[in-house]
Amino acid sequence: MKKTLLSASAVCLAMAVPFGSVMADENADLIINGELEITVRAPAPAHMEGSGISEIMSGWVFRATETQAFEMDDFENPGMIFTEAAIDAWNTVEGEAGESCASCHGTPEDMAGVSAVYPRWNEGAGEVRTMTTQINDCRTEQMGAEAWDYDKNDMLNMQALLASVSRGMPVDVAIDGPAAETWEMGRELYYTRTGQLDLSCANCHEQNYGNLIRADHLSQGMINGFPTYRLNNARLNGVHSRFRGCVRDTRAETYSVGSPEFVALELYVASRGNGLSVEGPSVRN
Amino acid sequence: MKRILLSAFAAGFGTIAIAETAPSDVTFGDYGQVEMSVSGAAGDPAAGREIMANRGKGNCIACHQVTALEEFPFHGEVGPSLDGAGSRWEESDLRGIVTNAKMTFPESVMPAFYMVDGFIRPGNGYTGKAAEGPLDPILTAQEIEDVVAYLMTLQD
Repeated sequence: MKKTLLSASAVCLAMAVPFGSVMADENADLIINGELEITVRAPAPAHMEGSGISEIMSGWVFRATETQAFEMDDFENPGMIFTEAAIDAWNTVEGEAGESCASCHGTPEDMAGVSAVYPRWNEGAGEVRTMTTQINDCRTEQMGAEAWDYDKNDMLNMQALLASVSRGMPVDVAIDGPAAETWEMGRELYYTRTGQLDLSCANCHEQNYGNLIRADHLSQGMINGFPTYRLNNARLNGVHSRFRGCVRDTRAETYSVGSPEFVALELYVASRGNGLSVEGPSVRN
Repeated sequence: MKRILLSAFAAGFGTIAIAETAPSDVTFGDYGQVEMSVSGAAGDPAAGREIMANRGKGNCIACHQVTALEEFPFHGEVGPSLDGAGSRWEESDLRGIVTNAKMTFPESVMPAFYMVDGFIRPGNGYTGKAAEGPLDPILTAQEIEDVVAYLMTLQD
């Protein structure tokens, strides 16, 4: 009887704890719609040797059981609603050239695998392109249409759609060759302590993942699940906006969304997730 | 003996306000300790207790577990538990750690709570914008002393 009572009170206590706190099931596996297996744990890529991390983990692993559940069924995943708006945009002719995305690229499913390799060096442009800058290049140069704002609705919807057709495929971002210089810059930024709190990305997400910081369960800061639907703000969130929020919280002057610094940091952080599955649009708290 | 002398000094000059030490003028010992009160006054442990839990102030429990502060929810795991801190450390050690922990633990992730320069891209509070003019320390001199006084009450 005593045991039963204890169990009952434990359940009550557990239910009083809000989303995203201490109840993550770190051993859970992610299978979406009962069939799509997502790799949420993988051996760390070779370039992370010496980081102290031997196993990389998706942010999904660190979330509460209820939050995890949202992502296991596309009908429960609020982020998937935004992909429907993006399908309309995909098929809509815009701009002076009279083209839509579909005119050149066929169906969104034909883009499977693209999100997995971005950010990526673009030889013609001589720069590392993010999905955002690549999509906007298509819009302005191929379609003669207006660019979409970085990390704003139209752009995030389209990125969610393109990520969704790559789900389950391994992140495989190239860090060598012409991308190496940008990658090194991103690495430098990752380990640089900024702001009055004097904190780097690594201080929290490499040295302290798995630990609580107040009510937040620190993850490894992986971006394989972006764009991310956050229960906190009830919308899709872009990578650079998330970076901006983190840096702001160190009481630092942040870099701008779309800045060369954040492009470099995105390439570096994406490469730390090489081997995890593309998971966007993911659900987090 | 030192205490008696200090008391005599305080008694003799009781009407003169003792100036606080500016963040840039704090003197650290070889192990990062700070001997003298940075405010020039004693700390108030009750005020320190509030600062420990206040998210806009010290927010110490964001990273540290403190059993005596259990009424405040969500204690972090980033730093060590502070239970018994007042038994393990001298007051001067705790003052040094709260002022600038990196003088004691060079690799610490703990922010310096009484420091105003030497930062990379310091911001204007939590706005994400660049700082305008000189920074204020995260805690005032008296708040540092209040926190130290509270920590000294955490005895085994």
